[in-house]
Parts: sequence; C-alpha cells; structure tokens
Amino acid sequence: MEFLHELLYFLRTRKKFWLLPLIIVLLLLASLVALTSASALAPFIYAIF
Amino acid sequence: MRKIILGISAFYHDSAATLIIDGRIVAAAQEERFTRIKQDASFPAQAIKYVLSEAGISFDELTAVAFYDKPLLKFERLLETYHAFVPRGWRSFITAMPVWMKEKVFMKKMLRRQFRTLGATVKVPLYFPEHHLSHAASAFYPSPFESAAILTVDGVGEWATTTICYGANNDIKILRELRFPHSPGLLYAAFTYFLGFKVNSGEYKLMGLSPYGLPDAPQTVAFREKILATLVDIRNDGSILLNMDYFEFATGLKMTATPLWEALFGFPRREPESAITQEHMNLALAIQQVTEEIVVALARTAKEITGSHHLVMAGGVALNCVANHKIKAAGIFKDIWIQPAAGDAGGALGAAYAAYHIGMEQARIFFPGEDGMQGAFLGPAYGDADIRKLQARYGAVAVHQPDFDVLTQEVSEHLANGKVVGWYHGRMEFGPRALGNRSILADPRQAAMQQQLNAKIKFRESFRPFAPVVLAEDAHHYFNDATASPYMLFTTTLKEALRTNTAADTTASIYERLHQQRAAIPAVIHLDYSARVQTVHHTLHPKLWQLINCFKKLTGCSVLINTSFNVRGEPVVNTPEDAWLAFMRTEMDYLVMSNYIFDRRRQPVLPPELFKSFERD
Repeated sequence: MEFLHELLYFLRTRKKFWLLPLIIVLLLLASLVALTSASALAPFIYAIF
Repeated sequence: MRKIILGISAFYHDSAATLIIDGRIVAAAQEERFTRIKQDASFPAQAIKYVLSEAGISFDELTAVAFYDKPLLKFERLLETYHAFVPRGWRSFITAMPVWMKEKVFMKKMLRRQFRTLGATVKVPLYFPEHHLSHAASAFYPSPFESAAILTVDGVGEWATTTICYGANNDIKILRELRFPHSPGLLYAAFTYFLGFKVNSGEYKLMGLSPYGLPDAPQTVAFREKILATLVDIRNDGSILLNMDYFEFATGLKMTATPLWEALFGFPRREPESAITQEHMNLALAIQQVTEEIVVALARTAKEITGSHHLVMAGGVALNCVANHKIKAAGIFKDIWIQPAAGDAGGALGAAYAAYHIGMEQARIFFPGEDGMQGAFLGPAYGDADIRKLQARYGAVAVHQPDFDVLTQEVSEHLANGKVVGWYHGRMEFGPRALGNRSILADPRQAAMQQQLNAKIKFRESFRPFAPVVLAEDAHHYFNDATASPYMLFTTTLKEALRTNTAADTTASIYERLHQQRAAIPAVIHLDYSARVQTVHHTLHPKLWQLINCFKKLTGCSVLINTSFNVRGEPVVNTPEDAWLAFMRTEMDYLVMSNYIFDRRRQPVLPPELFKSFERD
C-alpha cells in the first residue's frame, strides 16, 4: 500500500499519469511471473505470449 | 541529541556507505574493499557494518538513512526513453525491466529488508536526494569554501547528466541542468568503448592515452572536427546535444552505433587488449580536447551565473585530472576543490550530507581553508593484533621496529636501492585513489622503474606513468603548479630545468615512447611532461611525510612513486591479510605495515590455492 501511495503521489507531482497504464501492465506481468514461478499457474503465462 | 546519518550508494556501480554525526564525517568505505570484487555494486552490507562499528553504534541509533538517488525518477526516465525510441530498445527493455519490477521499483522495501539483516528493529526515516544533488552535496559541504559554484558532471543520474548549482551556508540551489541522453560523461564513455577499454572503469586509460596523440597531426584535427560536426554540438554555455543516431546507450546494450563510428573515423573499433596504434592515440587526444572544451565552458557558465570566486566539483568526469587542470589554468576561479571520491561512491557521502543540511536544515560546520575529508582517510584501520594474527596464520616473518625514525631510515635506503615497498598504515582511503595509507612506493629517478613495477607488481604493460607523491613544501622545485593537491586530482607539468628536452620519437611504439629518458624523475612523468601530482602535508599525513623527508635527506629527491596497493583487477587492499597476500602474489621487495617490516626473502612459500586471480580491468 505504501508503494502504491508513493507511486500515485509521484505521478501526480511529476504530472506523468500517462505512464500509469504502462506501469500497471508491467506490475501485473511481474506479479504473474512471481506467482507462476513455482506453481500450477505456470502454463498461463505462455498463453499470454 | 546527536544526528547520525548513514549514506548509501548501491546497485549501479561502486557501492559504498558513509556515516556522518552532527555534520562531521566519521567513516566512509566502498563495499569492494570488503568483498574483494572490484566496483562491487551490491548492497553495501559490510561497509555499513564497518561505519556503524567505527562510531560504536547500532542500526537503531541512526537518525536517518539517505540513499543517493531517486529510484522512481530513474524509472520514469527509463520508461520515457524506451517509449521515445520504440521499437528500438526492446532488447534492452526486456533485460532491464525484470530487475526493476522485482527489486529497484520497490527500493524502500528492499532497503528495509536489508536493514533488518543488519539488526534494525525500528523504521529509521529514509531520504532519497537526487543523484546530482548527492554529488553536489559531496562537493560543497566538505569543501573549504563558505560559498561556491558547484559543477557536477557524470554519465547520468535520474535525468540530469550535468548540473550547475550554488552552495552557500547549509543550502544548495540547482541553477542549471543538462538532461539525458545529452551527457559529457556518456560521450567520453562511448569513446572509451570504441577504443577498446572497459566502460565505467577504463576512462582513466583513455585519458592516459591522450598525450600520445599528435596535436598538430592532420588526423587529430580531422577527428576533432568530425566529433564536433557529427557527434556533438557544444553550445557556448557548455551544454551539449548528442547526435543520437551515433549512440546506442539509450536503447541498446552497447555505447555506440559502431558501424557508423567506423565509417566516420575510418578504422574499426579497437578490440580490447589488442595493439594500440597512432590513430587510436589521436582519437583519444581529440575526445580529450573536446571534453576539456565542454568542462571549461561549463565552468565559465558556473562563474557567470553564480558570481562565485570558488568552484567545487564532483561526478565521474571530475576525476579527469587533465580537464581539471585546464579549468584551473583558465583562471576562471580563485580556487577549486574537488571531492576525492567524485564517482558514485562519493554519492553516499553527499546523500548523507544532503539529508543532514537540506532535509533536516542543520547548520554547516565550516573551517575556512580546511576541507572536511580528513585526507580521505575515512576507512578501517587495523592494529598490531591483526598483523600478529596474520603472522600466526601464514607463518609470515616480520621484524618489529618500534622506533619510527629508524624504520623510515631503513625503508628510505631500500627505496634508494631500487627496491619496491608496500606501505600500509592507518585508515584506508575513501575513493578511487590510494593516497599513501595503502600504497606501493618506489624511486621515481630510476628509468626502468615504470616497467619494473608494471611487470613485477601490477602484471600489466601500461602506457601510463605512475603518479608522483611529493613533499608539499618542495613541490615548486619539481612542478610548475605547486599548489596543494592532496587528492591527486590535478595534473601539472615538470619544471623545464628537469627536462632533458629530447624530442619524443613519435615513430616509436607506445611503450618505447614512454620509456625514453626525458626527465629527471622519468617514472612519474608522461610524454607531454605532465604528472598527476599528490602533495604530502606534514599535518595531514605525518608518516608518509616523514618517509619522503628521510628519502630526501638520503638522495636529495623529495618525490616518490605512489601507486595503489593491489594487483591488476583487484580492489585496493583493506586488511593486513589482503596486504600480505598481495605482497606475496607479486615481486614486491618489502612490505611495511605499521611498525612491522616484511622482507620478501624471509617469507614462507604461499600455497597455490591462495594465488587468487582477479578479473582484468
């Protein structure tokens, strides 16, 4: 939560909200990679690509 | 209540930790000295442990921790750069993003996790000053000036590559900023890459190569014109615009668009370790001249917009002592002071200072005419017990000489007889230079000494002379600029009377040219009679001063060779054990640690497994 709060504060201060979609996609991908690194969800990540 | 700030630089190159208490530096050290990995970029756990132990405090007693840049701002720069160049740069994007998304974006969390492993149980406030503000703070706050223009120049921080600031009392104002990708540091690094040296560490070799270039040769003039017409546009204020068609550092995994460079300069990129030819030397000179033009113009702009009589500098480009000399010689400022740890390691110090003076609005401690770096002797010191422990472990044989006068007399005689001496005393230096506490010393009058040191100690064939260390009060006998230079950050030239005035044979090989006898102290004088001088002051450095003074009484010469105590690819030694092992891996004749003298001939045979090899730099 602290990170999200700081990220939004950063984007507002820098007036860079256009970066938000890119960051969200990257974060989702990163979470997916982290989640699937040793689990039964692994096949899904290949389906994305 | 005391304010204790820990400064950290990490995760890019040359990580370090520093500790300041109430504005005074207590300790500073680079992580590489502990891990023995050159320019180690990992979290500086051992350096932090050391700086805390030097102050005798635990992690929870810290008032704050300062990290030397703003990770989110750097991330913004990366994303915008990839966006601007897309689809170029996808490979770099794929390489960089996993590290960022896994760790660097969550820097705060990662740092706190590391702090817990160091014993932190409470959340100490964290500061993230900008990269160039950290450099500016490292240059201004420990400087001997009440107010000063500040110039920071390096590769890149978050967005800034160069800044001009003004420091007065406890405040620093950023007045001008040059932004990525237009970077004097990256321009120089691109040439470092093209000429076959390692980026981020080989820049000093490029600088050392430049005196071999022929200044009046049509090729050098043409190279310079091509750089200015095609690669970089230098404006009157020193700001630059790079032609990004020729550079790949923004999007690729290398510095240059090499085929375009090869077409521009008419020769292929030099393979690392391959032969160096005259065209390489001429190109090195051309880029050195261009860099000097940029930094002198930046210094003039700093003078113009601040009106200050003093200049302080930091950032990797501030280690270019030839360019520093040009700023000094231009007479723009009354006095110049450069942070000895000008690279990223010094950012740790600057971050701590910025948190203390700007973040916490604390007043600045200032002693006119005296800098706060304490000779850069800010690292660990080891006692006789550690030396005896080393002796017991390896069976190392030493003579203990309790009388330092007798010791210096004996060591001076060895030096005068052409022996090479490892000199290890007191606290380790902070920054890239060994300034006499972790140094290898030798006699500079002997023509063969440069070759001998390289072959027997450094295990390399180097085209660069060694640095001279001279008694401050005698510097004017040898060098044209005899002002104080305790940190080896300026070049000067040898007095005309000490030159043999033999014209350099420009047709000879690079090594033959260096070894031509053209000066009274040939081992420390470059082809153009320049030298990277360190002046030794009795108050700051009493032991080394006494040794050189003793050598002077014996020989009439108050100059010694000073080179860092390490072998090629190895960080400068830290502990007595590091020093003894380096001594044993080389053909050094004597090692003097504190009051112990180790004679090579009396040492046991070192087991082969201890002949650790280091990656070549």
